[in-house]
Amino acid sequence: MSGVSEPAAEPPRPGGEAISLRGVVKRFGEITAVDGLDLDVPSGVCFGLLGPNGAGKSTTMRMLTAQTLADAGRISVLGYELPGESKQSRLEMGVVPQLDNLDVELTCRQILAVFARLYRVPRAEREAAIERALRIANLLPRADTIVRELSGGMRRRLLVARGLIHEPRLLLLDEPTVGLDPQIRQELWTLIDNLRSGGVTVLMSTHYIEEAERLADTVAVMSAGRIIAEGTPAELVAAHAGEQVLEVYGPPDRLAEVAALAAANGWTSRRSGPAVAIMRAETLNGAAPDGVRRPANLEDAFVALTGEEIE
Amino acid sequence: MSAPAGIARPERAGTGARKIGRLEPAALAGVMSRDVSIFGRYWKATTFSSVVQPTIYLLAFGLGFKSFMPHLLQVSYVQYVATGVVATAILFSSAFPGMFNTFVRWQFQRTYDAMLAAPVDVEELITAEVLWISIRAGVYGLAPLLVGFAFGLEPEFGMLLVPLIGFVTGFGFAAFGVTIAAVAKTIDNFNYITSAVLTPMFLVAGTFFPVSNLPPGIRVVAEVNPLYHCVQLVRDASLGHLHAGDLGHVGVLVAFALIMWRLAISQLGRRLID
Repeated sequence: MSGVSEPAAEPPRPGGEAISLRGVVKRFGEITAVDGLDLDVPSGVCFGLLGPNGAGKSTTMRMLTAQTLADAGRISVLGYELPGESKQSRLEMGVVPQLDNLDVELTCRQILAVFARLYRVPRAEREAAIERALRIANLLPRADTIVRELSGGMRRRLLVARGLIHEPRLLLLDEPTVGLDPQIRQELWTLIDNLRSGGVTVLMSTHYIEEAERLADTVAVMSAGRIIAEGTPAELVAAHAGEQVLEVYGPPDRLAEVAALAAANGWTSRRSGPAVAIMRAETLNGAAPDGVRRPANLEDAFVALTGEEIE
Repeated sequence: MSAPAGIARPERAGTGARKIGRLEPAALAGVMSRDVSIFGRYWKATTFSSVVQPTIYLLAFGLGFKSFMPHLLQVSYVQYVATGVVATAILFSSAFPGMFNTFVRWQFQRTYDAMLAAPVDVEELITAEVLWISIRAGVYGLAPLLVGFAFGLEPEFGMLLVPLIGFVTGFGFAAFGVTIAAVAKTIDNFNYITSAVLTPMFLVAGTFFPVSNLPPGIRVVAEVNPLYHCVQLVRDASLGHLHAGDLGHVGVLVAFALIMWRLAISQLGRRLID
């Protein structure tokens, strides 16, 4: 018993981690989905978990709510050890799933009312909490619409509102904009950015490079169940793609020639649509073939790191 | 504070330090509040079928069998069938939602995934779902008696126990349904259970004809059939024949409910948390 009420909204450990994973392993039969994962998400940032499909991102997200149990390793969320104290950590965080799991027969307000109860929002505060969540998600005019009649973008915003009903200090977003139109994606990005500005720690998994680049303070690149690089988007680009990329265009024969030349000289290169892109073009000096120079971006770094082309 | 050294426990203003335990009433109420909202959308259909079904049974069996059955029974055929249909109503209004609602919400709508990401654990989720179904089954178990009044059934104080009997029986069958949903590969597999388990169960329970007339082998089947014990209790309560021996029936129903409850949690829990 402390007797004194402590101020709210304090990070679990001063300057500490909202989420911490050490040596986490998860196998499904023969497949190792997560393979010795170490990850620290500091409080107050928007953290992007970037990786191709099948990298283990969704499995990692499910482990943070103890809906998937790790075979080995340690997981702590908001200072609580999982899976034993998972219910306590779930009380203090919000989750926005990748797959729409809304009740199609209920209205927005009814769904939020159910989750306000599940998240133990006191009775007297529920009405205000529902209004607030509806407003954040820009759904006030649709409060009494049945979910089945909402557009895809509205449903996704309702999923976010549902995860925010109890004003959590940590929000998990699993592929928040997958399958959405570009315009709706922009809307959600604004919403997520506002949350981060409001002091909510956000962990977002994504396989959209642009999403990670726009939103994340820190990006961890995940491949084959582990983190292979981590830093700000700018740091990742500088470390793995350099300052400039040289794009050489030409017919297939010419591209094969350039790729062979790059390999012979030990340059990092990749196919980029109708061109071969050579990383760290600023270091090539006179040896470089003719082509177009452009600033390196996160996609270059990502491909250099994972060897995989993604969106 | 019993918190291990080194782990600072964050406490939120407003909610304060919350001791989170098992089977929290707030979690059960949250899950059930969803059921109540959904029920608001389909109560008319449920109520309609729960009234029409016993009416049809009473008409069909009553008019069809009355002519050659009465000499076998100590009670009138309306008394016999109306009370038997109570048990049938309880069985179908608990086992079917247990199977279908669970499967649909878990596999198709992923409602359970959404709820388990909130501070609700598997035990609370399943318990709340089964509780809701069994409360509903207890209430709707009264419908055949109300219909029976129209056919000449005499009101009896013991009938007030029927919702309670329906609740306990419904709890067991709802949890049975959840268990089946947990082990079924597809929703079509429920056909096996419906035809091979539920249909014989509701016939060999003394619902429409007494089990005492059945061959001894099948009578044993009736004895282990929870629905048989439900029928006996409902009939004794509704016709004013309650006696000490009915405690045996209560014991069987309570044991069935408890075993099925734990089985439902362990079987579905294994599939919900991987």
